[in-house]
Amino acid sequence: MPVETKETQAAVQAVKMAIEKYGPNREELIPILNHINQDIGYLPQESLDEISVLLKVPKSQLISVASFYQMLSTKKRGKHVIKFCESAPCHVVGGREIIQTLKNELNLVTCGTTSDEKWTLEMTSCLGVCAVGPVFMVDDDIYGNVTTEQVPQILSRYS
Amino acid sequence: MNTIRSMVLVSSDAMSMDAGAQEVFTRLQNEIHSFNLEKEVSVSMVSDIGRHDSVPMVIVYPEATLYGPVRPDDVHFLVEEHLYKGRIAAGLQAPVKELTGKIAWLSSRKGTLPAEQRIVLERAGVIDPTSLDDYILHDGYQALGTVLTSMSAQDVIAVLEKSGLRGRGGAGFPTGTKWKFVSRTAGPKKYVVCNADESEPGTFKDRLILEGDPHSLIEAMTIAAYTVGADEGYIYIRGEYVLAQERLKTAIAQAKEMGFLGKGIFGTNFNFDLHIHAGAGAYICGEETALIESIEGKRGEPRARPPYPTTNGLWDRPTLVNNVETLANVPPIIRNGADWFRSFGTPSSPGTKVYTILGNVNVTGLVEVPMGITLREVISIYAKGMKNGGTFKLAQTGGSSGSIIPSTLQDTPMDFDSFNKTGVSLGSGALLICNEETCVVDLAKVLVNFFVNEGCGKCNPCRIGGNRSLNILTNISEGVGTLDDLNTLIELSENLYQLSNCGLGQTAGVPQRDILKYFRSEVEAHIQLKVCPAGVCAMSGQRVY
Repeated sequence: MPVETKETQAAVQAVKMAIEKYGPNREELIPILNHINQDIGYLPQESLDEISVLLKVPKSQLISVASFYQMLSTKKRGKHVIKFCESAPCHVVGGREIIQTLKNELNLVTCGTTSDEKWTLEMTSCLGVCAVGPVFMVDDDIYGNVTTEQVPQILSRYS
Repeated sequence: MNTIRSMVLVSSDAMSMDAGAQEVFTRLQNEIHSFNLEKEVSVSMVSDIGRHDSVPMVIVYPEATLYGPVRPDDVHFLVEEHLYKGRIAAGLQAPVKELTGKIAWLSSRKGTLPAEQRIVLERAGVIDPTSLDDYILHDGYQALGTVLTSMSAQDVIAVLEKSGLRGRGGAGFPTGTKWKFVSRTAGPKKYVVCNADESEPGTFKDRLILEGDPHSLIEAMTIAAYTVGADEGYIYIRGEYVLAQERLKTAIAQAKEMGFLGKGIFGTNFNFDLHIHAGAGAYICGEETALIESIEGKRGEPRARPPYPTTNGLWDRPTLVNNVETLANVPPIIRNGADWFRSFGTPSSPGTKVYTILGNVNVTGLVEVPMGITLREVISIYAKGMKNGGTFKLAQTGGSSGSIIPSTLQDTPMDFDSFNKTGVSLGSGALLICNEETCVVDLAKVLVNFFVNEGCGKCNPCRIGGNRSLNILTNISEGVGTLDDLNTLIELSENLYQLSNCGLGQTAGVPQRDILKYFRSEVEAHIQLKVCPAGVCAMSGQRVY
């Protein structure tokens, strides 16, 4: 038996809350996963184990679904998640410069999580606010019409 | 009943909310109260007002004075000046020259700007999307009443077929015909599904309808369910559209309470139940069979077709899948008749189309105009020309899965058939306008990269072909491509089109095909001269793949 840690308890608790909300049905799997992902920030293995038992779904199927959707993460992420839109409408109005600035500011060469686990940088497809490109999201906040000068200011708002 | 002399509307689309619209609204209520004006002035939150450069915006009717961006601290001054003293609050007005959207339409009556023709966005930005009363006051649920009390399913299909409405999701399939297929399929249980998984880059028209006029979608889906014989429906909405989801939830609850959804609608024996299913971030789920898989709680991998969803859809039952904009056209058609609808647009593509205008132009945003207007008109009239006096080089239409249109084709009427003849795709209505600083190789790279990221990985042509194309394009952008590569790109594009399982794979090769068709010399310059004419590509001379 794995050692019961605070994280494990939180992972199991999140599953119970999600299933209580949506019901223990296979077709509610995506809303359930979404709920846990929002609650904890990612989908811990312990959560997937618990869902597998409660929903009577093989874990392989759970992982195949969890790894398919962009908003779900099976890896632990940083405290704040930056989603940068890399689609064409943002790209042609200056997205190239913004992503470079972001990477420089965060000291990242490619996308991923910074060593202090404060930031995770993810590339994403369209966020649906194309009229104000370039666009990126920090957690739930959308920033549009971003200029390179604004990037450090925006990042400094998050502690 | 008390008479209201002024109506104050606050924009509350996602961007406005982000910029503090809620606070402005609360302050407005407080200020109006403290000036003792609440009997004379109404204030409501509406959705997108049609401008994104100065949110949050406030409009005061009947003068149609537009203020923006309004900060919470400006509200006291605005109320005192405009509503109490009756003069324009100096310094707060939004810059007039860049008007788009609803405001453009309103001021067009004064002969200042070209008119839009709003059918599906008629109420967006005018009514309070969280108020069912507002919707009903603007002819809401009238079409549903007519259908349930005096029309048969055949009557509805006949009207739709006569109207010539075609699907607005991209393919342009005749809506009446699709409804007829589902209605004729026998079965004890059928479903109606609304595709609101608007993930096409550059497209946000459905978000505006969902955020600004959610009841119109519910009304249209109920009509659809009655027509095809379904009693359950799903709205598949993309996970990123949080505000739209909230608005829809509120609207569904209101409709249930008033008996527009649920059992025995309008006192008939027709029942319809509607659910919202939020996606979790996957472009491919906009493909109708992938969407159905996703509702069933699986990976969003497209099914092999046929059988089509019209016979074997959700949980293997006959299913009608329609786009938000398509459905939003239905109630106005029922209310005003097929002939009215045919008075807009072209004979083969009647009605209007919502375009989202993006890129290197002066005014970005969205317009709803009759089908058949040209790209040149859109750029010069609605987008107010190219930004910083740039030159129009190309437009990328219909999001990633659309086509690239060179400036030489900008006078083609934008409707389904004219576009088909020229070999381009109207797609979802996104118009990404690019100036001469855009490199076609770089653009194709971004577009193909999108397909590589968003492909589901189920079928080989798409999974392998997409990656191969991206590698070759990357090499060309680094200055190490060969002329032979161009033949490979064409071959890959054809293979993708012919062999892929779904629409995503079939269009994944379009960018490379289009740039070689219209801008071959520019691509060859990368290879033969080792120069990127637009100065965008890195041209490092290093082979990446």
